[in-house]
Amino acid sequence: MIKLDQVSKQFDQFKAVDNLSFSVGAGEVLGFLGPNGAGKTTTMKMITGFLTPSSGSIELFGHSLPSDALQAKKMIGYLPEGAPAWGDMSVSGFLHFIADLRGYKGVEGEQRVNHVVEALELKQVFDRTIETLSKGFKRRVGLAQALIHDPQILILDEPTDGLDPNQKFKVRELIRNLSKDKVVIISTHILEEVDALCSRVIMIADGRLVCDASPAELEAQSDYHQAITVRFNHATDPQTKLAELSSVKHLESAEGRFTLQPQPGAAGVVDDIKQLAQRENWTIEELYIEKGRLDDVFRKLTA
Amino acid sequence: MNRLPIIFKRELSSYFATPLAYVFIVIFLIVSSIFTFNIGGFYETGQADLQVFFNFHPWLYLFFVPAIAMRLWSEELRSGTVELLLTLPIKLSEAVLGKFLAAWVFIGIALLLTLPLWITVNYLGDPDNGIIFTSYLGSWLMSGAFLAIGSCMSATTQNQVIAFILTISLCFVFIVTGFPMMLAVVSSWLPSSMVDLIASMSFLIHFNAISRGVLDFRDLLFFLIMMTGWLFATAIVIEKKKAG
Repeated sequence: MIKLDQVSKQFDQFKAVDNLSFSVGAGEVLGFLGPNGAGKTTTMKMITGFLTPSSGSIELFGHSLPSDALQAKKMIGYLPEGAPAWGDMSVSGFLHFIADLRGYKGVEGEQRVNHVVEALELKQVFDRTIETLSKGFKRRVGLAQALIHDPQILILDEPTDGLDPNQKFKVRELIRNLSKDKVVIISTHILEEVDALCSRVIMIADGRLVCDASPAELEAQSDYHQAITVRFNHATDPQTKLAELSSVKHLESAEGRFTLQPQPGAAGVVDDIKQLAQRENWTIEELYIEKGRLDDVFRKLTA
Repeated sequence: MNRLPIIFKRELSSYFATPLAYVFIVIFLIVSSIFTFNIGGFYETGQADLQVFFNFHPWLYLFFVPAIAMRLWSEELRSGTVELLLTLPIKLSEAVLGKFLAAWVFIGIALLLTLPLWITVNYLGDPDNGIIFTSYLGSWLMSGAFLAIGSCMSATTQNQVIAFILTISLCFVFIVTGFPMMLAVVSSWLPSSMVDLIASMSFLIHFNAISRGVLDFRDLLFFLIMMTGWLFATAIVIEKKKAG
């Protein structure tokens, strides 16, 4: 379990992280959200022991930082922002170096390296120097490095940044599959990632916690929670008639589609629409209900 | 410290991962030969020793060592690999020392490649090989002290050029404090104990003592203390630098 207790980080005049407390248990995949400059990366740097908090305490599975940093670091796999790696090393050399430092020698080291190379499909670039790799490969090398010791805690700063949709899918699958008994913290501002991966979301703005919820709870805060999008055929002036429905709070239209936000607590908006269509003799071409829009919640909470 | 060899190995092999190391060694050998034969007049002195060769080493190192040292930490800071390195289960001291030792050994390799010169003087005459040996040792120790200064300067900035210039400037100061001319200037307004102190900080004076064949424990200690001090400072600077 990772536990942050009233952690703050002050840089000269600037307070990057302000009194942040939360804990994450094994099996959780925590999405760490916030606008650029909100303090996400600083927080991750403190959890990994790279930075020391100005005040407050951090504890990783009973090891408190910074006093027990060496033990704590052994449990962590970390992908820093931008997936830095020594460009003049080959992928093979780099991964063997990391395995060496993680204490895996000889055959076991070889096995560890082979395992991550397979998991992240790095075989074809195994002997290339890192600086010649594409952004996607570099990111995967960074992930391989973080996974080599099968860590208890995995901290990934924008793990899918720069990957194409296929690679994103694979990396997410990888993270999902390994997270059963691990603590995973992912910082991202790709909101689809939250839906795809996270069991819990923490949002920070200006270094302060603004939200700690499950993705579903977060979506429920959206104005578009339970919003209905509908398209009719042969409809005359649907805009006005839809707007007249008492259960509708707000109506938008784009490209012949209408999106209706229901009144809070209003039930049966779908029935209202169906009845309206029947009365007016419109055919419903498509109709779907949204779970809510995370970007909308994100803006509401952090802007 | 059990992970120090792993860091050391990676660093040292990274020197030879690019042609840069070979180019560096070749230039080092050419320049040291020019100093020895053309400027120093190796043959004209008519003596079977390597005094002229070693005389130029402080000046040789003034440019070569900062060139090696500048990338030690600047590059890590610029590319962000410092974050990767220092979140691995190693101590900062292991990283500082591992990097330093690799660079120091690299300079040692360049120095060893001048051994044909030693063979040559033995072929030409009958030199005092003891003096030559201590001179090599002194030269390598001095390069280590330069390098430790460079390590610290390189930790202060992401910019290798700035690191290079800072190191040259500081190393220059540590050379010229031993010049009689400089000492004459300061002795006019400083008490003699201070002048002695300044003179005792000079790399030149300690190196000259060793290269004359006088292997005084204090001269060796001087360079070792210099290295330790500047490496300690390197660790402190990195600790500060990490915070942004």
